[in-house]
Amino acid sequence: MNRLFGALPARARAALLVVFVLLLAAPWIAGPYLLSVLVLALYYAYVGQAWNVMMGFAGQLSLGHALYVGLGAYVSAALYVHGGIGPWLGAPIAAAVAALAGAAIGFLAFRFGIGGVYFALLTIAFAEFTRIGFEHIDWLGGAGGLFLPVVERGRLDIVDLRGGPRLFYYLLLALAVGSLLLCRTLRTSRIGFYWLAIREDPDAARALGIDLFKYRVLAAAISAAMASVAGVVAAFYYNSLTPADSFGAAKSIEIILGPLVGGLGTLIGPILGAFVLTGLSEGLRALLDATGHQMPGATQLFYGIVLLLVIKYLPNGIWPGLARRLGLVERER
Amino acid sequence: MALLEVTGLSKSFRGLKAVDRASFSVEAGTIVALIGPNGAGKTTCFNLIAGALPPDAGTIVLDGRSLDGLSADKACHAGIGRTFQVVKPFAQLSVLDNVTVGALRVTADVGKAQRAARRVLELLHLDHKAAHPAQILTLPERKRLEVARALATGPKLLLLDEVMAGLRPTEIDEMVGVFRTLNRETGLTILLVEHVMRAVMALAHRIIVLHHGEIIAEGAPEAVVRDPAVLACYLGGAPAA
Repeated sequence: MNRLFGALPARARAALLVVFVLLLAAPWIAGPYLLSVLVLALYYAYVGQAWNVMMGFAGQLSLGHALYVGLGAYVSAALYVHGGIGPWLGAPIAAAVAALAGAAIGFLAFRFGIGGVYFALLTIAFAEFTRIGFEHIDWLGGAGGLFLPVVERGRLDIVDLRGGPRLFYYLLLALAVGSLLLCRTLRTSRIGFYWLAIREDPDAARALGIDLFKYRVLAAAISAAMASVAGVVAAFYYNSLTPADSFGAAKSIEIILGPLVGGLGTLIGPILGAFVLTGLSEGLRALLDATGHQMPGATQLFYGIVLLLVIKYLPNGIWPGLARRLGLVERER
Repeated sequence: MALLEVTGLSKSFRGLKAVDRASFSVEAGTIVALIGPNGAGKTTCFNLIAGALPPDAGTIVLDGRSLDGLSADKACHAGIGRTFQVVKPFAQLSVLDNVTVGALRVTADVGKAQRAARRVLELLHLDHKAAHPAQILTLPERKRLEVARALATGPKLLLLDEVMAGLRPTEIDEMVGVFRTLNRETGLTILLVEHVMRAVMALAHRIIVLHHGEIIAEGAPEAVVRDPAVLACYLGGAPAA
């Protein structure tokens, strides 16, 4: 921990501590509605961090990350429903399956030199045909979906992840913090330097001895494994999953909005972006409800407007500018 | 035995022979310049040696080890350090991080690599810019960054592709000084493609002249620049038989 945060100025460490204490206390202060919003924000913070490894670090645009989240959800749910295998064992299995899927797609794309827009199209294609494929697997509930047995609402069962929003809040908080630490470790080790070099200029990276193929596949596998764990949590939180919701293109887009708005390639950006977007869109919904307006699709419209504004006025996202203004930027000697 | 042995190296682009059965060698510890008019095949020759392009024919042996079929990253691990004629900085990374990426070829320890990178930056007079993003550097600084990054990988052979182009005479002399010191103190072997004759004459122990992909002259700098065939290819006219 010291190695990780020793480099931060004192103000940054103090700010981090305040935020962390607030996050720890939140479930005991917030009402049920606010808590559900916070759960959603933490979920997007975590899954955004996972996507950021691939795009923000290694520069590979994946527009089909719902594939990995969905695989995580389905693998863990199927193991639980059909095999009685709990989520704590299911999650690592799901992560392994997703990592394999990520590596396989990466292998196909990078071996045959598919990059840029074509790689993005490939990721969409894989997510889409997985969605269609799963709609025809009866063992997994087909198009109708898979349902987890709900037992005694309110009872806390950590082993099988059965419990109220507080359980999932803390679980997602741990994942968000854990992924932040993991990404910081990755970013400051050789693999992180190599990813950024590949993102900035593949030819130059190659001339410096970097095996592009290996590091791109690694980024895809790690990012996919991380994303799948979000799927495991979502499956046990909502207790139901359908191919359309799990693998749909809308899901993939929602995953990438947080890092884009917060700051691509930064460590705090995905978290900040998730909280800002979730907070604002829920606020908007509450406002519309309170004033008696019914506007289906208002959230999507809102996301679109926010994205336009960020791309126009803050192309690097909110975080880089904010960090400078708060004096939190690491100083290099 | 020479550090670099190139034999019968050929490469065509759609029938145009960029490099035609070129054979030459570079002795360990020397500085050799590869010169020739525009389009002579110098950069292609570099790209073949560095593994950025596969040759149509010919062999390349570095320090007794064949580089045949090696990709650019494997060639780097074999001991080739190269710069690009059109500079390719990692624009959003700091100058120090740029060079650290190179140094990480030698060690997986980031702290160690950063210390090594700082030493290379000092050598190239870029240490005062270490914390700046590479995108704010001037062209001469970017050229030096290219060299620093390649040097940090700890190469046996450094390939310099027109690193003097666009520099002012004083900057050229400074660069020449850096390479001379490196060559003298560490015994680094350098193969450079260069148009700036001021630098070539000051640096090279030997000059190889390439014209239409073929080697037309080779030898000590003073002798080569008086060679009638060389003068003819630069200035036009029929080469003296």
